[in-house]
Amino acid sequence: MQSYFYGLADFLTGKLSGNEVFTSGYSGETSDFVRFNQSRIRQPGHVEQQYMSIDLIDGQRHAGGFSTLTGMVEEDQRRLAELLDDLRGKLPNLPEDPHLLYATEVNSTEQLGENRLPDPEEALARILAAGEGKDLVGIYAAGGVTGGFANSLGQRNWFSSHSFNLDWSYYLRTDKAVKTGYAGFAWDQAAFERKVAAAEVQLAALDHEPMTLEPGGYRVYLAPVAFADYVGMLGWGGFGKKSHETKQTTLLKMIEDGAKFSPAVTILENTKDGVSSNFQGDGFIKPDQVVMIENGAYKECLISPRSAKEYGVPTNGASGFEAPESVEIKAGDIPMDEVLTRLDTGIWINNVWYLNYSDRPGCRITGMTRFACFWVENGKIVAPINVMRFDETMYRALGENLIGLTNEQEMILDAGTYGGRSTGSERVPGALIEDFTFNL
Amino acid sequence: MFETVEQHFKEVAPAADFCSLRLVSELRESVQVRQGVLQPVSTGRDAGAMITVLDQGGMGYAATSDLSRNGLAQAVKQAMAWAERSRGKSVIDFTRVVVPVPQGEYVSPVERPWSEMPLTAKIDLLKAECEKLKTDDRIVDWSAYLVHTGTDQLYLTMDGGRVMQRFSFIVPGIGVTANEGSETVSRNFGGFDLGRQGGMEVLDRIEFTKQSETLTREVLELLTAPNCPSGTMDVLLESNQMYLQIHESIGHPLELDRILGDERNYAGTTFVTMDMLGSYQYGSELLNITFDPTISEEFATYAFDDDGVKAKKEYIIRNGILERALGGATSQARAGKPGVANSRACSWNRQPIDRMANLNLEPGDSTMDEMVGAIEAGVYMKRNNSWSIDDSRNKFQFGCEYGRVIKNGEFGEVVKKPNYKGISATFWRNLRMVGDRDTFEVLGTPNCGKGEPNQAVRVGHATPAAVFAGVDVFGGA
Repeated sequence: MQSYFYGLADFLTGKLSGNEVFTSGYSGETSDFVRFNQSRIRQPGHVEQQYMSIDLIDGQRHAGGFSTLTGMVEEDQRRLAELLDDLRGKLPNLPEDPHLLYATEVNSTEQLGENRLPDPEEALARILAAGEGKDLVGIYAAGGVTGGFANSLGQRNWFSSHSFNLDWSYYLRTDKAVKTGYAGFAWDQAAFERKVAAAEVQLAALDHEPMTLEPGGYRVYLAPVAFADYVGMLGWGGFGKKSHETKQTTLLKMIEDGAKFSPAVTILENTKDGVSSNFQGDGFIKPDQVVMIENGAYKECLISPRSAKEYGVPTNGASGFEAPESVEIKAGDIPMDEVLTRLDTGIWINNVWYLNYSDRPGCRITGMTRFACFWVENGKIVAPINVMRFDETMYRALGENLIGLTNEQEMILDAGTYGGRSTGSERVPGALIEDFTFNL
Repeated sequence: MFETVEQHFKEVAPAADFCSLRLVSELRESVQVRQGVLQPVSTGRDAGAMITVLDQGGMGYAATSDLSRNGLAQAVKQAMAWAERSRGKSVIDFTRVVVPVPQGEYVSPVERPWSEMPLTAKIDLLKAECEKLKTDDRIVDWSAYLVHTGTDQLYLTMDGGRVMQRFSFIVPGIGVTANEGSETVSRNFGGFDLGRQGGMEVLDRIEFTKQSETLTREVLELLTAPNCPSGTMDVLLESNQMYLQIHESIGHPLELDRILGDERNYAGTTFVTMDMLGSYQYGSELLNITFDPTISEEFATYAFDDDGVKAKKEYIIRNGILERALGGATSQARAGKPGVANSRACSWNRQPIDRMANLNLEPGDSTMDEMVGAIEAGVYMKRNNSWSIDDSRNKFQFGCEYGRVIKNGEFGEVVKKPNYKGISATFWRNLRMVGDRDTFEVLGTPNCGKGEPNQAVRVGHATPAAVFAGVDVFGGA
């Protein structure tokens, strides 16, 4: 599709007149999706989709639009020409945009992924085999994901990735289950079997009478997936330049009151080691890394081109949402094999669920424990717990109450598929936290 | 496009037990003015088709944006392949699912079409609203916006079924944010809770141009207001909080695919079990919940669901007793229980699953004054801004933008960050008063998330305000 997209960009370039410029984005995927429930197939199918966007610019006036593509050049050229005409017709009616900023320096890049995916039937057979005698529920998503950028100045960028993501749970009964993910670029049956075996161990640990805990403060271990979700909430309005300038950032107390997290906390957008594309929708190339929190203190915002123009600062290649896509939280010094001992007595939380801010400027987050979470006494797992609601400010959890982070990180590939398959990722350690507040 | 695709489908339909095509063509447009500056305008056309095949007990689908004869033929081939792979390995033998041969059409009621108002007039309207919002130096961000989606959807079956539905969806919104030091508060009107079907006349009905004064006054009140008090007390929930309460703690728990376990890996399970259907005391006798696709301006009104089943109003909970779950034809066949026509997909590239559509609380007979007057000690809350509930849809915690203390039957001081928590299975039994028609509002959200692969769909909730007794209330950090 790379040459196809570039060909359409050339076609559009030929359609420009006067001082017109365009920027254009492409996104596509060819995906197999198979849902499972009770170790049987619920909904299996295939999706092929392609979208192309255009922002037509004349001076400081511009208008944007998108269209699905068919893959047939004549039809797609017709649709794009029609879209271009529609946008051109709008321009005289629009005011100049004081915050328009797009890349004018040509930076063409290419990130090509190799297709080493398993045959769908083979993957299906292996997953169904892993579900034999158990209650497996979840989804297998696999295929190619592509993205591109082009402009009439001659810049061309392309990204392709061929990945799979098996996101599944083994259920024991009611809401007691072990959630596991196996994602990557080539199926490694031995690695998959290790994931299955680890889940089976936890499934056995779940097979005890669950404990119901009273609300209160507990020492907890947030395993990497849970910790990624908790800290991931900062991506929702915490790091963006616009949210800082309009005082809507959930890290407002850092900005206004000088509040800090523990020096053990460093959070960055690590594009270099992530699996997303290194370019954004206005044609800017992302730096390898942007450090948002360094040793507990706020350092840098994610700055989209639009915010850059509005607030008079350089962009660092953030998307319009100014949210990270390749998050890394630096590891700490707690050996993974000492976590149970260091937790001593408290709650081992593998997964959290349905997080939301209960006080945005206070950075207080509520959410639930979910799946396999255990009560631990004297460094030993005693019993699974019934789900608990927490409501805790991040300043306490990552500040005075943070005992430490594990010395190993886990790479988590986002299984999200809203609109299309996500290429987001998180590389995070686990976290030991004292006096974590549960309220229901 | 529709006629051509219809012809192609006739030519490529396979020799299978059943095959359908669902063609969706959407035109999305958005206009926003923020701090007096027009944000980038956007227009987009999203068109594609999904082929679904049932054959010898198996099921498969394929979706494509290539609507040529060849593109659809490829999709049929892929759907057939998945039907074959799933044969004998599916959660249900699909020969047991009764598929209708529907005939019909639906068109959203539109008095003043979106397309007939020039873009410049929309910009001027939003600029005028935006200008009214910056009334104080402490107001740090403000905006007004309109999002419109025109959706044309054609459903065909290989045995002659044909349903054409044309929708016009509009989402208006206004937001204002104020700050002082390390405190920031917001007030919003519309946006994620006020989606409707219709045209520009919706703006008149919701009094879009009359909201700014209330929003700016209230956001400044909140900036200096004390935190919401803590304790167990009555709450009076405005309709724009009730819609969320219904959505999360009645709608989702009653989805039949959750009861059947499909969503356990992602959206979650439910505390509701099959044996509760028909007898469970879900709430007090004042609780009457309907699945109602007949309110013309409501967001998820339609004539047929995405499996071609004709939609009609059904009581889900009557006088507090749970009568039926929210499940489409496939879930009904799997469960052996009655449901509703709610098998829906977010677009052409996702399979239909059980969704809420319009799920409403029928109005009661209490006026707003009577509800306030009946509260000795409590808090009035409006406009949701925080929502979280466990995976069984039981332990919830919700927050609102604006609160007012109620003492001895009268409104008292304004309070910020009103939050409350509870348990679905018992919360609705404490429903003490239900507002009358004057407190009833037609609301709807464009982004209810669920499903694997993930889908965000439009749902409607029409509801009055209501009073609950003995609720655990608290404020901010």
